[in-house]
Amino acid sequence: MTVEWSDILDTGVAPTGPPDSGPVEEGEKKGAFRRLRESLSRSRQALAEELTASLFDRVDEETWERLEEALILADAGPMVTASVVERLEMEVDSGSVAPEGDAIRERLIEILAEIARLDGDSVRPIDLTARPSVLLVTGVNGTGKTTSIGKIAWHLSNEFGLDVLLGAADTYRAAAAEQLAEWADRAGAGIVRSQEGADPGSVAFDAIEAGKARGSDVIIIDTAGRLQTQGSLMDELGKVRRVIEKQIEGAPHETLISIDATTGQNGLRQAKAFAEAVHLDGVILTKLDGTAKGGIALAIASELDIPVKLIGIGEGLEDLRPFDPDQFARALVGSGE
Amino acid sequence: MFDQLSERLQSTLAGVRSKGRLGEEDVDRAMREIRLALLEADVNFKVVKSFTARVKERCLESEVLESLDPGQQVIKVVNEELTDLMGGSGRDLAFVDGGLTVILMAGLQGSGKTTASAKLAALLGRDGRKVALAACDVYRPAAIEQLETVGRRAGATVYQKGTEADPVEIAKWAVDLAREEGRDVLIIDTAGRLHVDEGLMAELSKIRKTVKPHNILLVVDAMTGQDAVSVAESFSEAVEFDGVVISKLDGDARGGAALSVKAVTGKPIMFASTGEKLDAFDRFHPDRMAGRILGMGDVLSLIEKAEQQVDADEAEELQRKMASEQFTLEDFLKQMRQVRKMGPIGNLLGMMPGMGAMKQLKDVDVDEGELDRVEAIILSMTREERLNPEIIKGSRRRRIAEGSGTRIQQVNNLVKQFGQMRKLMKQVASGGMPDPSQLAKATGRQARPRIRRR
Repeated sequence: MTVEWSDILDTGVAPTGPPDSGPVEEGEKKGAFRRLRESLSRSRQALAEELTASLFDRVDEETWERLEEALILADAGPMVTASVVERLEMEVDSGSVAPEGDAIRERLIEILAEIARLDGDSVRPIDLTARPSVLLVTGVNGTGKTTSIGKIAWHLSNEFGLDVLLGAADTYRAAAAEQLAEWADRAGAGIVRSQEGADPGSVAFDAIEAGKARGSDVIIIDTAGRLQTQGSLMDELGKVRRVIEKQIEGAPHETLISIDATTGQNGLRQAKAFAEAVHLDGVILTKLDGTAKGGIALAIASELDIPVKLIGIGEGLEDLRPFDPDQFARALVGSGE
Repeated sequence: MFDQLSERLQSTLAGVRSKGRLGEEDVDRAMREIRLALLEADVNFKVVKSFTARVKERCLESEVLESLDPGQQVIKVVNEELTDLMGGSGRDLAFVDGGLTVILMAGLQGSGKTTASAKLAALLGRDGRKVALAACDVYRPAAIEQLETVGRRAGATVYQKGTEADPVEIAKWAVDLAREEGRDVLIIDTAGRLHVDEGLMAELSKIRKTVKPHNILLVVDAMTGQDAVSVAESFSEAVEFDGVVISKLDGDARGGAALSVKAVTGKPIMFASTGEKLDAFDRFHPDRMAGRILGMGDVLSLIEKAEQQVDADEAEELQRKMASEQFTLEDFLKQMRQVRKMGPIGNLLGMMPGMGAMKQLKDVDVDEGELDRVEAIILSMTREERLNPEIIKGSRRRRIAEGSGTRIQQVNNLVKQFGQMRKLMKQVASGGMPDPSQLAKATGRQARPRIRRR
């Protein structure tokens, strides 16, 4: 049971086109699922090394220490690690989980997925049912905001047949708007941009006005990357949000933060500061195709109640995927398909 | 949490002094605190393990056990070991005498290579070298445009052949061109690549074999987690880099990744990239980074910055003026400008020890606009008014407000606060301790710390 785009994108309409058809470059498309499997198995492999079958063969102090080590190495952070290990240890001690390898591993996967999922059994979808819907994308520099926006736009317009408009409110980074324009072109979306150095609030304003005028279904606002410690830039982000709020009631309907899976414990500070500045509905966890496991997502979910909604596993168009908590937990622990 | 490591160690070991000696279980408790703090700073798990083992060994040596304040002794040992681990002394770039020096930049996507390339170009340009940049990132949309823009700002020439050319060919062509044009340094910016992407890693290795760079730098994001180790190992294998640039150090990341990379590859951290501006790029100081990881602030950097900006004679003169209440608005303006030359006040606060631990200062966001206003008000005064603020009454006040685009109320406030500040300075300069309420009054508006919402 995998999570599909139609599970994670609540657009109010059914998908019209097949998911992986479109202007995909040669060689990019055919290997999509193979590569997804490969990249997930890479992260799986790493933890699998730590959690080899022998780890749970004999349950003793060393077992828990090594489990702790594995979770720390996955960037889950000392807090989540301590609570997960403690919980599992208690369950084994009390007899509710059998003290043997498979049972412990399965229970561990359950616990991790539970932390990642937040809401019982279902994933919290990205709510784009309003017309027009506004999606605001934020994050630290270099985490893959613009690229992710391009890919989301592609899915919305090609898979759901929606009219998408991109607003290039990153007016700081040299050539950021050019990068977004290239994506708009690929996705068949419109774009509203201004010159470098323009006020991001006014770009957001223009984009929404233009979206309303042309009857766009979804307006996605790209913002400049900023460190969460840059007070004035964070204030500016709050202003962008307020500009959007004033133009359409209930907007932005979804605000996401892009977080690099290679990020360590600072990811928690990032999510916290951005949530304070603009209120966050979810995380795009990018660059999961490396050896980083993205365990910081667990820390963010458990401490801030913000779930991961999308993951990035490569450069290709289809390499942005809906987040699947079970698959993620399984990849962390490294047990079979 | 790391900020409190010093405090936590002190309190963990507080009871020890009365016992008179540090037992192994005390040391173990201290090691747990250190371990947790290092993990929160993203130092690699394995590096933490060997590090705490070494610190423990030293702590169990007699000097620590018998010292009067074991807590402080442990901190001292940790600080020394951290500094040692991060590189002792910094190594500099290798330059070719009278010829072209080639520097190859490599790293993951989004680690900040393009920005670091331009900043390095600006730094070397300031040393009087003629620098060119080569745009070899043909993959990311608009990467070349970005390099052209930041390169121009850095005063460097940018060589590019568009996105159709092969990166290896571009690099080779750029080296020839740089030599022909008599440049001193060529910095090659490459595309970000994942360390597990075999194709792209092979390309990087091919660039290296083709142009034989004199220096290869790996750019590592200060926010990187446990994975920093495998990234560094893979890049080391593919291109045997010579040094590391640690980027985005202006954020609140502890930068434990820097420690891990050094510990695992043995390659020195050469540069630290610390801000948005092109000149926010410095040679790396291991001792200061140790302090940062320990939450002890970056006092040395602050002192160095102050030394660059402040003239010793002027400072002495200022001191004399303060003590005698002859300090004028003119002096105040001069002083304020000196401080601001050192960078945004918020950054300076972050460098001061103890600031991290002070809750109310943690999220302080100094309003630079307020400082601009203060400057405008003083600049709208006549010289006579600056020397004798007492004469600023009705019509002068109105004129100053209009001239500076502020409200009369704001001019009033400034004059009033300046009066209070002058009194306070006299007290401090002549050795008295200021009354805290007076201190708050006098500093309340000058650099108004604004606590962010929620």
